[in-house]
Amino acid sequence: MLTGPENMDPKQPDSAGPPRDEPPVAAEVDLADETSLDDLDTEPMYINIGPIHPATHGTFRVFCKLDGERIEKAAVEVGYLHRGFEKTAETKNFTLVIPYTDRLNYCSGLVNNVGYCKAVERMLGVTITPRTEIIRVIICEIQRIMDHLICVGANLVDIGALTNFWYFFNAREKLNDVLEALTGARLTYSYIRIGGLAWDLPKGFEENVRAALKTVPKAIRDVEGLVKKNRIFIDRTRDIGVMSARDAVSYGFTGPCLRASGVNHDLRKKKPYYHYDEFEFDVVLGERGDVYDRMFVRIEEMKQSLRIVEQALKVLPGGPINIDDKNVVLPDKGKVHSSMEELINHFKLIIEGIEVPAGEIYDAIEAPNGELGFYIISDGSGKPYRIKVRPPCFYLMNGLKKLIEGHMVADFVAILPGLNIIAGELDR
Amino acid sequence: MVERVTQQFGGAVEGVDRPYGDVVLTVGRKAIRDVLSHLKEQGFDLLLDIAGVDGLHLGRRERYEVVYNLYSLGDDLRLRVKVFVPENDMNLPTVSDLWESANWAEREAYDMFGVVFEGHPNLVRILCHREFVGHALRKDYPIMKGQWATGTSDLKPDLERE
Repeated sequence: MLTGPENMDPKQPDSAGPPRDEPPVAAEVDLADETSLDDLDTEPMYINIGPIHPATHGTFRVFCKLDGERIEKAAVEVGYLHRGFEKTAETKNFTLVIPYTDRLNYCSGLVNNVGYCKAVERMLGVTITPRTEIIRVIICEIQRIMDHLICVGANLVDIGALTNFWYFFNAREKLNDVLEALTGARLTYSYIRIGGLAWDLPKGFEENVRAALKTVPKAIRDVEGLVKKNRIFIDRTRDIGVMSARDAVSYGFTGPCLRASGVNHDLRKKKPYYHYDEFEFDVVLGERGDVYDRMFVRIEEMKQSLRIVEQALKVLPGGPINIDDKNVVLPDKGKVHSSMEELINHFKLIIEGIEVPAGEIYDAIEAPNGELGFYIISDGSGKPYRIKVRPPCFYLMNGLKKLIEGHMVADFVAILPGLNIIAGELDR
Repeated sequence: MVERVTQQFGGAVEGVDRPYGDVVLTVGRKAIRDVLSHLKEQGFDLLLDIAGVDGLHLGRRERYEVVYNLYSLGDDLRLRVKVFVPENDMNLPTVSDLWESANWAEREAYDMFGVVFEGHPNLVRILCHREFVGHALRKDYPIMKGQWATGTSDLKPDLERE
């Protein structure tokens, strides 16, 4: 219907809407009498936080029923970023899935690569070379530091402490440069291969890592100095969003969020892989399971990761990076151009993919955010029959409702980034 | 541990497999809730994941499977419990009252495969849009088949459900 001037009702010169009612008269309230406040007629207010909101750090929607400024009830809706990773993976061969895993938790893509390749390698029954094992440990720990830097930095920004973000991102930038020199990418690395790595470390990698890691303790010192005893910071984070140990286990929390609740569980200690049992590091535990603990568990974990990288660089052995198995690893490019057998080998692997025997497996690693598991079923056809990812933050997000109910809206903003929800992994 | 469960539940435990060193119990549909509840009491306090599988091309006993992935924090043991779900009667009892993590995990299995978890407090789609028709991870759902779904879901009823 047209609403031009010719269609306007002449009786109502400003016919933007029906005539307004008289403003409601406020009820007489005797402030001295506290019982009269209970009779005040208040209506709940419903608001959406997200899907597009700077404080959600991703695309999802939290629908809240507010009583004043307090969140009385909340409902979380996810799925806005659903890319169909699991469906897509069923149509690719095992090697082609690797780039898709990068985009799960895109703050630490290399760890997803490692988790996936490790599961497939276990299915193939191959043991990777000692050098590759240690390189994987080094880059996983660098990625853990980078992931925690983002998470803690963003959490601090959300509660108004912007400077810390720059301190952390300064250090993260140096680490990013190291990984860029290694993999050629800054976000979606795809550097790990089934049975090894894409290529060996570049010249001067170890020195670069050592130099870059020097910036991390300083950043942590600066941030700790600004926030650790900061009254405002403590008031915003202490006893906010508390998750008891019992509830955290029931909700399927893993990783730093579980440890912040005081549960001693770290796959690097409990189910050691890649010689993690030979490195000296401590599992950091929180006491109360609130925002403060979750943040400082992450900060302390960065210090432990620094220790691991330092030790790993010392024991980094020489030798080949790829296993000697023509059915798994592509032949040397130089030989492909000069030898018929290698050329056939190359084509077979590229076109048909790696032949993973029929069977099913669940394999998990300790990703920065918690247990990242891959449940893979192979029917022997060269393509995964089914890949089910166990993303840590899907279960953290399940617990968000419990964490925010009863808190203020502003506390929601403090709680959410501490869980480190990454929508790429949440929706897959 | 596995022997004890097998003994206690007699014929309900239909098989024990050890692929690649993992332990997988196959349990009958009627006993699944009792077995999982018993395992929780036995220390499997962490329900890591629930995975649906469409075995259309696998030629197994029934078309669908649901796999519960458990972890015992006390003993550091992993265990998978598998239950077959026939195509014509896709019902399973919920375990969302035993583990909170089952709440969303069961919603995902429902969304992707259409397994109905009886007694679940809020069994609605979670990853796909609520207007979506069909179940995306079933093998007979074409990968390129998109659907136009635009509505905003009303979350008010969800507020009152758990």
